[in-house]
Amino acid sequence: MAGELIKLTAAELAAGIARGELTAVEVTEAHLARIEAVDEKVNAFLHVDREGALAQAREVDAKRERGEKLGPLAGVPLALKDLFTTEGVPTTAGSKILQGWVPPYDATVTKRLKDADVVIIGKTNMDEFAMGSSTENSAYGPTGNPWDLTRIPGGSGGGSAASLAAYEAPLAIGTDTGGSIRQPAAVTGTVGVKPTYGGVSRYGMVAFSSSLDQGGPCARTVLDAALLHSVIAGHDEKDSTSIAQPVPDVVEAARNGEVKGLRVGVVKEFRGEGYQAGVMQRFDESVALLRELGAEVVELSCPSFTKALAAYYLIAPSECSSNLARFDAMRYGMRTGDDGTHSAEEVTALTREAGFGDEVKRRVMLGTYALSSGYYDAYYGSAQKVRTLITRDFEKAFEQVDVVVSPTTPTTAFPIGERADDPVAMYLADLCTIPSNLAGNSAMSIPCGLAPEDGLPVGLQIIAPAMADDRLYRVGAAVEAAYQARWGHPLLEEAPSL
Amino acid sequence: MPGISREEVAHLAKLARLELKDEELDHFAGQLDDIIGAVAAVSEVADDAAVPPTSHPLPLTNVMRQDEVRPSLTPQQALSGAPAREQQRFKVPQILGEE
Repeated sequence: MAGELIKLTAAELAAGIARGELTAVEVTEAHLARIEAVDEKVNAFLHVDREGALAQAREVDAKRERGEKLGPLAGVPLALKDLFTTEGVPTTAGSKILQGWVPPYDATVTKRLKDADVVIIGKTNMDEFAMGSSTENSAYGPTGNPWDLTRIPGGSGGGSAASLAAYEAPLAIGTDTGGSIRQPAAVTGTVGVKPTYGGVSRYGMVAFSSSLDQGGPCARTVLDAALLHSVIAGHDEKDSTSIAQPVPDVVEAARNGEVKGLRVGVVKEFRGEGYQAGVMQRFDESVALLRELGAEVVELSCPSFTKALAAYYLIAPSECSSNLARFDAMRYGMRTGDDGTHSAEEVTALTREAGFGDEVKRRVMLGTYALSSGYYDAYYGSAQKVRTLITRDFEKAFEQVDVVVSPTTPTTAFPIGERADDPVAMYLADLCTIPSNLAGNSAMSIPCGLAPEDGLPVGLQIIAPAMADDRLYRVGAAVEAAYQARWGHPLLEEAPSL
Repeated sequence: MPGISREEVAHLAKLARLELKDEELDHFAGQLDDIIGAVAAVSEVADDAAVPPTSHPLPLTNVMRQDEVRPSLTPQQALSGAPAREQQRFKVPQILGEE
């Protein structure tokens, strides 16, 4: 029974719990047992909150017995990226500098999950401070891709995506600054959504690059992602960049997938050198599928997208060099060298040296460089101008089409270690996802098959204008249904058993 | 655009409060040089006055709220993660010199 429970979708689990056919406790126990059985190999979790999860599950079961109305995801286990604060539960952001830190408050996302009776089962592994595309930059060891444990699960949210693909949780939360939800979803054969910037509160989400960071849902199906999206999204007065508008009805859209008459844009800059042949083959098949389903496909050019990666790797490090200044060894986190012989400033520098990993150091220095006088206009200032050009390219594109589609990532999952010491090669993993972060619009990745040459999952990216997140779900649900009809089963069924 | 030297990396590390080791300076100098080479393409638009910079995706200005007392962390909670504390305060190493 437990083996079947972990394969159910979040929607199915919630329905079973609401009808009294399942208890939240047995559902939680089944997932805890799965984590116990496979996570030594996968390393998706940094912390498993067994007691907290079971207490939350018991509360859900008690509510049901009392006849109280349950929310649409009540009792469903969820894996939370370790970038969100959780009161009383350790939060590390994948960094040594926060090892052992127990936050005194909940992030807004955490609070909304708890209020919706979602069972937070643990905190997931990630690249340190969400900087990376492989989860190798975690201070706590890499996460394996459940399709092939010697390969990366994407990053920075590799733990969240791997926990879904390994059936350790049916739902997860990620954050997406340059692709950290979508790229892991693509390489693990799962679904990930970067909502419109400002759609989900950043309060209590450890800041990396504040004008780009966005939390969002991860799941194995489009409908599950929509249900989770609707729980966490919406205005929050604790985040001044949170959008004070109603959340688009993503659940209705996910329940009514349709692309007939839809104008779908294919951007010519999203192909060429660096794109794996099997990825492009599955992408082209997806475009053909959209046509078969009644969509009109329009070829587009967005010339400034070729500069998106460069602009991103100036803007994000610049903002991170400022945001990470808070790790000064004074108020929380690690402190090293406080032996009475060093000044406060020296203790800060010694602690940051010991507590930050290489990629964080690189980005902090790169950002410091890009913002320093003499270089500011050439680097940070120019990158901000490129950001304007990319936003304009999207505006022009969305005058002609309803959504844009692309591969989510140029290649399938690469072997752990392959790009670890070559930052520029690593950054290429975000080639197709970054433009949406710079423009602040919404985007999703869904599975679109396996690359013939390596048998690994390929992601289809769907991009919609800001606050049109529902379009992602309408298109995603239609494509998902068509592919599953063609394959006869969800793609994840083809993953080797762990 | 010029590359980045080992001395410049040492200066950046100082500005960024990173007490880097010598071998790290060598390692990072090469990598940062590569990265800067890869991102230099943006400077093509540096002098384009027709393109305003974008610092943020949302057209927001200041967001204000009423200045009223609300529940917040207790001093005990706020100090709970402090590496050192004394008399309900964060205890820090020496900031000023002896004199």
